[in-house]
Amino acid sequence: MALNHTSKLFALFILAVFVLVPDVAFAAADAAKEAGEALVGAPKPTRADYPMIGGLNARTLAWGFAQMHLFLAAFVLAVPMFSIVMEYIGHLTKDERYDSMAHEFMKITMSAYSLTALFGGTLALTLFLFYPHLMGYLMKVFRGQFLIYALLFLLESVTLYIYYYSWNALRYGNRKWFHMSIGLVLNTVGLSLMFIANAWATFMMSPSGVDPATGAVIGTVWEATRNPLWNPVNLHRFIANIAYGGAIVGGYAAYMFLAEKRAEVKAHYDWMGYTSNFIAIAGFLPLPFAGYWLMAEIYAYSQQMGITAMGGILAWLFIIQAVLIGTIMLAANYYLWCGLMRTDRGAQYAKYVKYIAVVIVGGFLVWVTPHSLILTTDEIRLLGGTHHKFLGPLGIMPAKNTAVNLMLVFTFLSLQMFYRSSRVPTVSWAKAGNMVIIALYIIGCTNIVFAGLYGYITPTVYKVGASVPQVVSTLSIIVFSVIIDIFMLRGAKSEKVHWGRMSERSQYALFVLPVAFTWLMGLMGYIRSSLRTHWHVYTVMKDQSPDAYIPTIGQAGNTITVITLSFMAIMVFVFWLSRLGSTSQVKPS
Amino acid sequence: MTFARVMIFSLFTLLAFTGFANLVPQVQGDPPVEEKIDVGSIDMAGMVLLGEKLFSGKGTCTLCHNDMGRAPDLLGIDLAKEFPERIADKSYEGIAKGKTGPKAIEEYIMESLVDPSKYVVPGYGKKGSNDKISPMPKADTAPIELSKVEMNAVTAFLQDKAGISPTVPLPSADEAPKATGNDEDEENEPATTGVAAITKYGCATCHDLEGSEADIGPKLNGLAKRMTDAKILEAIVKPNVVIAKGFEADMMPDDFGEQMRFSELNLIVEYLKKLPE
Repeated sequence: MALNHTSKLFALFILAVFVLVPDVAFAAADAAKEAGEALVGAPKPTRADYPMIGGLNARTLAWGFAQMHLFLAAFVLAVPMFSIVMEYIGHLTKDERYDSMAHEFMKITMSAYSLTALFGGTLALTLFLFYPHLMGYLMKVFRGQFLIYALLFLLESVTLYIYYYSWNALRYGNRKWFHMSIGLVLNTVGLSLMFIANAWATFMMSPSGVDPATGAVIGTVWEATRNPLWNPVNLHRFIANIAYGGAIVGGYAAYMFLAEKRAEVKAHYDWMGYTSNFIAIAGFLPLPFAGYWLMAEIYAYSQQMGITAMGGILAWLFIIQAVLIGTIMLAANYYLWCGLMRTDRGAQYAKYVKYIAVVIVGGFLVWVTPHSLILTTDEIRLLGGTHHKFLGPLGIMPAKNTAVNLMLVFTFLSLQMFYRSSRVPTVSWAKAGNMVIIALYIIGCTNIVFAGLYGYITPTVYKVGASVPQVVSTLSIIVFSVIIDIFMLRGAKSEKVHWGRMSERSQYALFVLPVAFTWLMGLMGYIRSSLRTHWHVYTVMKDQSPDAYIPTIGQAGNTITVITLSFMAIMVFVFWLSRLGSTSQVKPS
Repeated sequence: MTFARVMIFSLFTLLAFTGFANLVPQVQGDPPVEEKIDVGSIDMAGMVLLGEKLFSGKGTCTLCHNDMGRAPDLLGIDLAKEFPERIADKSYEGIAKGKTGPKAIEEYIMESLVDPSKYVVPGYGKKGSNDKISPMPKADTAPIELSKVEMNAVTAFLQDKAGISPTVPLPSADEAPKATGNDEDEENEPATTGVAAITKYGCATCHDLEGSEADIGPKLNGLAKRMTDAKILEAIVKPNVVIAKGFEADMMPDDFGEQMRFSELNLIVEYLKKLPE
């Protein structure tokens, strides 16, 4: 018991240290300012100042290494987050399957961790080699924070190894609490690393703590860190990482399911796939809302930057984004629908699938409908204007917000149906409870549609505001349904779930998630970087390199595909290695 | 086997995404191109034209000033009516307050370019600012960085759109846009003195100018006594029409008319006329 309290106190202490560290470490005032020295502005390199090494394209190299590092880092940071939750669930429910699965997730993470460091180091070298002025400037702005980052990386390595290798040694009783405390430290360090790296990336988009006219460093490191887009990106990446990590381990489970012949092992990986898909969807559902906040903050920081993204040359990217998210949603839903066959009661829910499919596909089509098109004169004449008479209204935000909210609500419905398919409520108020849930769906969806229609008659600047009631409706449906289900399904009669009773097709649907997620992350990275247009650091340090242009969507798509394919090859190789590691040769007789 | 199946599946999925990305319109986002301003010869019509280019180009005005409702659609509304109304608005406290006429409109437009929050058109302020703060960036600072001449050109364009004769001053040589730090742009900056123009086009490499002793082309000292302005000009842009005695045709480049700006030609002619005998 004493150890239990000690470990909790230890965890709280570590948490407090990391909460306070930014203020303590970053609050040092600018020495140059205090000493009254002349402030030096941001560097102004000319084209000749950018090193040319062989025929190498600096931007493509940096892009590739950065993206690979980010993919791996997102995965490596995300998995411990939901592993610790599963570990806790396993400890709470005394169901060792959760604990073993969390351990297996960490096994894949271990294989990917060294690759993360390798790509991170290569990225740093590439940046210092090809963009010395920019990196010099960033070092000047963030000073000691780079050292803190390096120290945290060391701590991350230590805690990760301890967390993984002490799993079986600290598996039961109070020792489990100690193990989870190590996991908490690991996650805190991991998140701190991500927040610091985010500070550098967002500083380049919305610099603060520097003189706006010259770029001279006039503020503290903390001021540069706490730039306008830091927290929105922190939240967006935090949630996205969970969804992404879930998708990758889902891919692992699908791979193992496809590769495995033994029924009991197939059942294990089917269960793992289902859980991973659940994590991916759980992370994915709130993601658009974090995205709204990020975009709203971008608009608040610079309307010009916001419009460049949503209405300028990058606007078409959001149509591609819609295709990808639509693909993810369709694949996730398809997987859930296939999952209904795992239970004998699933068939009674299967009849609703076609209606859900109509909403998901309909929402997807609305989402991919563009509004502001880049048209030739002939095309404008043929179209009868710059916007299509009937489809044009579907291209603006109120329609898209309505579509995406309905898609999220119905994706949640698929999840809820599967969950219900293996449980029969026994409480006396089950019928009333179901009626309340149905009423929640009807009222919520009606509100989403009407708020969408209201968006058409309100001025543009308030359109984003009009989406708030839609978001509230979606979240209300989800949260209240979960709460009612928790109480209603207490003591419910459990139906047998036939884990492993899944088609191979469903596993490919599960594998679509990591592929589409990875490509989508690459695309969003391209958008985020492109928002800076021809600036290394927006408004204070110009990009004078030969690559100071935004590549076309096609060029970007090709690059992202090559990077994603490389990443998938590495990950599938890691999966293969993991399977190889658990394979034993039968002793010759 | 599973490895291969999964990789092939991934490849086809990725190819589908890539194919779609290549199907949509392809636009490359180039950095803003500096509009060349021939300060020596640009007239008011040129300023209006330049202003129009800047409005949709470097100024990025059309990003917000369009029919999407983010900012007043300056190309769609009646500016002749709009500008005087804004100046007369009781909440307007800017430099043109209480004034009327084209000059007041010029002052109002210039003010709104450099200090957009001075007057915010109702309904277009930053959210929560009660129309006191404009979301528009200052046109003379980063990321737009219009020069004084360029802002004058945009003002001239908007005055012209409002149906009034532009009142902005025409640029002087001192107001030529500053170099951007790009080597290529520096080379293309117009020369602002005769010596600079002569140096830029390497005239002294072939001609003896004030003792350069070059002898590939004829000496140009005392030229004013031998040739009129028009003849000097013709000799530069069409060097093979009249060949000086003792020299051959096709020795001098015949594309100076395309390479040089009109202002530079004038500067060179003026310089050559002043050469001593």
